[in-house]
Amino acid sequence: MKNVDIVIIGGGPAGLAAAIGAYEAGARDILILERENALGGILKQCIHNGFGLHTFKEELTGPEYAQRFIDKVREYNIPYQLDSMVLDINAEKVITCVSREHGVQQFKAGAIILCMGCRERPRGALGTPGERCSGIFTAGTAQKLVNLEGYLPGKKVVILGSGDIGLIMARRMTFIGAEVLCCVEVMPFSGGLKRNIVQCLDDYNIPLYLSHTVIDIHGKDRLTGVTIAEVDSHMNPIAGTEQYIECDTLLLSVGLLPENELSEMAGVKISPNTSGAVVDETLQTSVPGIFAAGNVLHVHDLVDFVSEESELAGKSAANYVKQAQQGTVSHRQVVMGNGVNAIVPQQISFTPDHDVHMMFRPRAVYKGAVITASVGEQTLYTKKARILAPGEMVNFTLKKDDLTAANPDLPLTVEIKEAA
Amino acid sequence: METSYDVIVIGGGVVGCAVARELSAYDLKIALLEKATDICAGQSRANTAIIHGGYDAKPGTLKAYYNVKGNGMFDEICGELDVPHEWNTSLVVSFGPDEDPQIDELYERGLKNGVPGLEIIDHDEIMRREPNINPEAHRALLVNNGGIVCPYELTTAYAENASINGVTFFRSTPVTNIFKENGSWIVETPSARFSAKAVVNCAGIFSDEIHNMVSADKLEIQARKGEYYLVDKKYASTFHAAIFQVPSAMGKGILVARTVDGTVLLGPTAEDIDDKTEKRTTAEGLAKALAGARRTWPNLPGRAFITEFTGLRAHCTRNEFIIGEAADAPLFFDAAGVESPGLTSAPAIGKDLAKMVSEALHAAPNAKFNPIRKGIPKFRELSNERRAELIAQNPDFSKVICRCETVTEAEIREAIRRPVGAVNVDGIKIRTRAGMGRCQAGFCTPRTLEILSEELGVPLETLLKSEPGSRYVYGKIFD
Repeated sequence: MKNVDIVIIGGGPAGLAAAIGAYEAGARDILILERENALGGILKQCIHNGFGLHTFKEELTGPEYAQRFIDKVREYNIPYQLDSMVLDINAEKVITCVSREHGVQQFKAGAIILCMGCRERPRGALGTPGERCSGIFTAGTAQKLVNLEGYLPGKKVVILGSGDIGLIMARRMTFIGAEVLCCVEVMPFSGGLKRNIVQCLDDYNIPLYLSHTVIDIHGKDRLTGVTIAEVDSHMNPIAGTEQYIECDTLLLSVGLLPENELSEMAGVKISPNTSGAVVDETLQTSVPGIFAAGNVLHVHDLVDFVSEESELAGKSAANYVKQAQQGTVSHRQVVMGNGVNAIVPQQISFTPDHDVHMMFRPRAVYKGAVITASVGEQTLYTKKARILAPGEMVNFTLKKDDLTAANPDLPLTVEIKEAA
Repeated sequence: METSYDVIVIGGGVVGCAVARELSAYDLKIALLEKATDICAGQSRANTAIIHGGYDAKPGTLKAYYNVKGNGMFDEICGELDVPHEWNTSLVVSFGPDEDPQIDELYERGLKNGVPGLEIIDHDEIMRREPNINPEAHRALLVNNGGIVCPYELTTAYAENASINGVTFFRSTPVTNIFKENGSWIVETPSARFSAKAVVNCAGIFSDEIHNMVSADKLEIQARKGEYYLVDKKYASTFHAAIFQVPSAMGKGILVARTVDGTVLLGPTAEDIDDKTEKRTTAEGLAKALAGARRTWPNLPGRAFITEFTGLRAHCTRNEFIIGEAADAPLFFDAAGVESPGLTSAPAIGKDLAKMVSEALHAAPNAKFNPIRKGIPKFRELSNERRAELIAQNPDFSKVICRCETVTEAEIREAIRRPVGAVNVDGIKIRTRAGMGRCQAGFCTPRTLEILSEELGVPLETLLKSEPGSRYVYGKIFD
């Protein structure tokens, strides 16, 4: 068994930035384990532009954005192993990995950074009734078939769910000559970014049916059509609103789930709210020395924030192996108040050594509401927002001095105060 | 193409494959004809995967006889064919005193059927065994010889073993007519005209149509649909036993049953339908399955499901298995109307029918018969030492294709290369579990298609999910 200071599971955007963060914080004995045959993760298939606006003030494609981080990893000579699938992690931070080149390997890590990303919710998780024919793909699977393999998955397409990958694929399928008939979203608001609604649907006259869903799937062998219907406020289909749409392809963009199978093997506590690890402001999980960042921690809208978060995880892991941060730290809990969902971090040490970046998703659409973060009567942050929606993650920063000064007996409460 | 055989078996489900394998122990020239693109395409693919104890069928029926006899053969057959099975017991549970008499009746019936090791247990014993069951559980029949088995692996294992013992498999070969000509059975299909001394009808839901081609004693098979939910394997340890509720006229009721792979089946519903090819799930059916399962498992989490599916039972209107030579059609043998407990009965039906056919044809034993089949190594279940050995022999074992179920490239390639190997994506799925996990083939589909295309030497755009027409992609974008 080989000892390594910091092992990073996953060489996608999170893993790459975590490695760079760790290196820049002084760590040198780092290893990235990547299961595919190239670094870059899901960005490899995201050939559209719009990446990096926040970080580089440029509009890059996914592969271009990834390349900037890959170049830096190479410049720093950070070791990485491709085609290396991690099968197991335990609480002692022993990692079991399998690869063509090395067979079965075990590493004993000083610290681990979990950067495994997320996966798409499949049809089965929705329970949509109907036939089990071919022609039903998650949007990401279709994106891989189109962008990496060069195949046409279908010609007449309905998109279920308005997550960002679905929206991007609406445009992409149009570009490759398919007819995208509509995008159907069960919620009364879109699950994706506003800019993607405009640039991927509106610009191509693809209708978005809000408060609608697919209630039946037709076609014994290949998909021949779907029945859609409007839903009421409890998301139950409204009788009489059924509409049959002839199509050969149904793309699903109905949510992403962090891939935490390995985290759970190591005993990392998972939040039912984010489906990712419970972390503090250093992104350390419930298992000392195991950190998490990127979409395995919580699903992000923008890769720029994945990179930023993962650099912090890398730095924290480097500090951890330098012994700077060992020993038990007590934490202030973060409470989700009105309108706040999926907040990260879920706890903050009483004396953080840096300003703390908070992220959450609004539970619904709010106009003219105010976001506040407070400890008892003391308000640490307040900002009025023109519009808040679940599809757009909210980011703000709390000053470390304010947090240190706040009453240690009380939690931090983040809430949305709705306009009267 | 060789079309003259001693025996033609019609149907490549678990019964047909068991019959073919047992017949291959005799010195006979045997072909198996399957209508679908692959074996294990009907009831054998979509069922509850239970080794039934034998308490349910009416005493004196063939259902009772074959259930009890088949149950007793599983250790031997699964040993020979390397098929996963487990004796995890079954519990038939009453949820109130009003249902208790049915429990007692099943116990009595089980004794009459010769089921060993039946016990009646009370509330406290039920709760001790199954702490997650609905606490209203009142009384239960504990079936110590109840178990679970992988139905696809049992079917494919029978087929592989039959194949190495000389049986020729013809898939995508539907039988359109059967008649006698010059003392031989002629079996017509769109691709060829076969002749045989004997025919064995194992056509499942279509076994009436096949039987009625030769016999005036008409059978009628009613398709009885069952809808299921499949629950994520993280809930594998919720229940130890397969949990049944008290049965109804339509079947054994809604079960909560762990599979040998750790997922949990909820279902089936029971609804008679006209279309024998229907595989639709419905909002009503799924709601019924869920409501029924919640009676056993009240804390069933709402987001536990990974998929839903439908299976059709081949219910004979005579409410009995039809096994043996047709009275008015010598050397035409039936295994018709085989519904639940058909999976449990299959080993015994296979042995009995092979005996009947071989005796009728005065066949000698096959001196070269090899009863042993080894399964495809399951990388996910192996020790790290064994994994390292396999990778050293074949580096394809290092490449995990299906992440959810940890299925390697080596397993997928072997599933295609084996006798009666996979020819489409669902075939890979039932032979390896690739795509059966919680992401339901989102990650592995593109790579699985590439491997299948390489192995079969056909363009990727021609590959199917299962039946003709079920292709995945419409060619290259820039063609």
